[in-house]
Amino acid sequence: MNREQKDYILNFLEQGIRFDGRKLDEYRPIKIETGFSENAEGSAKVSIGDTIVLAGVKLSVGEPYPDTPNEGTMMINAELLPLSNPDFEPGPPGIQAIELARVVDRGIRESGSIDTKKLCIKKREKVWSITVDICPINDEGNLFDASTLAAVVALKNTKFPSYDGDVIDYKKKTKDSLPLKKLPVSCTVIKIDNYFIVDPTPEEEKKVDSRLTVEVEEDGTLCALQKGGDKPLTAEDIDKMVKIGIKKSKELRKLL
Amino acid sequence: MAYNKRIDGRKFDETRPIEARVGVIKNSDGSAYFKMGKTTAYAAVYGPRGIHPKFLQNPRNGKLRCFYNMMPFSSMGERVRPGANRRAKEIAMVTEKALLPVIDLTEFPNSVVDVFIELPQTDAGTRCAGICAASMALADAGIPMKDMVASVSVGRVDDKLVVDLDYSEESYENGTVADIPTAIISRTGEISLLQMDGKLSRDDLKKAIEMAKKACSKIDKIQRDALKKKYEVKNE
Repeated sequence: MNREQKDYILNFLEQGIRFDGRKLDEYRPIKIETGFSENAEGSAKVSIGDTIVLAGVKLSVGEPYPDTPNEGTMMINAELLPLSNPDFEPGPPGIQAIELARVVDRGIRESGSIDTKKLCIKKREKVWSITVDICPINDEGNLFDASTLAAVVALKNTKFPSYDGDVIDYKKKTKDSLPLKKLPVSCTVIKIDNYFIVDPTPEEEKKVDSRLTVEVEEDGTLCALQKGGDKPLTAEDIDKMVKIGIKKSKELRKLL
Repeated sequence: MAYNKRIDGRKFDETRPIEARVGVIKNSDGSAYFKMGKTTAYAAVYGPRGIHPKFLQNPRNGKLRCFYNMMPFSSMGERVRPGANRRAKEIAMVTEKALLPVIDLTEFPNSVVDVFIELPQTDAGTRCAGICAASMALADAGIPMKDMVASVSVGRVDDKLVVDLDYSEESYENGTVADIPTAIISRTGEISLLQMDGKLSRDDLKKAIEMAKKACSKIDKIQRDALKKKYEVKNE
C-alpha cells in the first residue's frame, strides 16, 4: 500500500471516523440466510457488507479418536476460493486458509459448543463426525468474523439424516438438531497506529499493524484468541482490544 | 416398463426452473449466478491479467483458463474431498473448449482470463450450469465475445428422450440411461460441448441434439435478460 493511501486512512481516523464513513467500532450491515442447500445437513450464508461467506455442514459416521472413545469428532476446513479474491490462487489451502480454519475451530471447540459425548453411537466404534466447510464467495475483508458466524449458524441449522445403525439415508432428514451448548461469537479488532477498529475492509487490512481475534462466549468469557499482524502489542493494547471485542460480541450475538 | 412420466412431473422437453443473475461477486471483473432446479453455480472472471510462469504467455493471443470446483458440502450424501480431482480437471478442460469459440482474446496477448466456477449445491447438470454461468460472467466482464453460449444436458431415460436430467433420472434403475451434456452457440446453433455416457442410437442422438438446441435458445434468453437487467434504468 502506498504512502498516499496510508495517509488517507489515517487522516480520517484522526477525525474519529473511517474512510468509508463508519465509526471506529462499527460493523457493516450483516445479513444471515440459513438453509441455502438441501444437500448439506446444515448451511448458512453470511454477508458483512460486501463480504459473503458460505458454510456447509456434512455429517457422517466414523470411528472416534483413541483418546476420546466416547466422543464424536468435528473438523473445520476453509477454502480461500480464487473466485472470491483476485489474490487467491487455486491449489491446496495455504497458510492463510489454515489459520482461518483453525481460529474458527478453536472458538467452537473451546467454548464447548458441541456436546461431543452425545454424538457417540457405540463406544470405541461408531460416532457421528461433523465437518464444517467454509467457502468465501466474495472477500471484502473480515473473513474471520464472517466465517465464525457462518459456521455457528450452519451448525445451528443442521439436522441429522436418518440412520438405522448401519447406513445413513441422507435423503431423509430427521427433526433432530445437533447437541449444541454455548456458542462463540468472533470479533476481530485491528490496530492501525494508535487506533483500534473493528470489521476492517481490505484497504484497512493491508494497513494493519496488529490484529487480535477475540472469540467470546455468552457470559463474556473468552474462548479463543489469535494475534496477527507484524507488530507487537502492549498489555494495555490487548486489554483495550479485548474490551472492544467483548462489547461488540454482545451486539453480534443478537443475530444468532 | 416405459418411462411415461418424469420423476419430478416435468414435460419431457422441459428444463427445471432457472434463475440467473450477474454481478454477484463484487471483487471480480465479471460474475454470474445460475440455478437450474437444485443445481447452483457461481462463476467469476478475473482478467485479462498477467500470466505466470512466463512460458505460459502467448505473444499472439490471450489465454482462457477455466476452473471447476464442487464445494465440499455440495452433494447429497458424503462430503466431497476438496481439491481438483481427475473429473474436475476434465470438466474444466471441456468448459474451456465450450467457451473458446465465442471469445476473442487477440487484443490481450501475453495475458490470461481466468474463469472460476464454484458449485454450492449439485443435482446433476453441473458442468452445464457452470458453462451457462461462465458465459454470462464473461459477458459481464466485458470480454470481447462474438456470441453467447448456453448449455444443457439432454438424454434418454428408458424409452424417452428428455431435457435437463436431474440426479434421480441420471441414476434411473428401471431402464438404460444416456446422458449427453451439450453447449450451443446461440446464433449459429453450433455445438461446442458434446459428451455422452450410456447407450444411444444414431437417430436418438440427432433428435436429442434438436431438443438441446430448443432448450438452449430458451436458456439463452434467460441469460441475456439477466445481463440486461443489471443495466436496467429504474424509474422511481
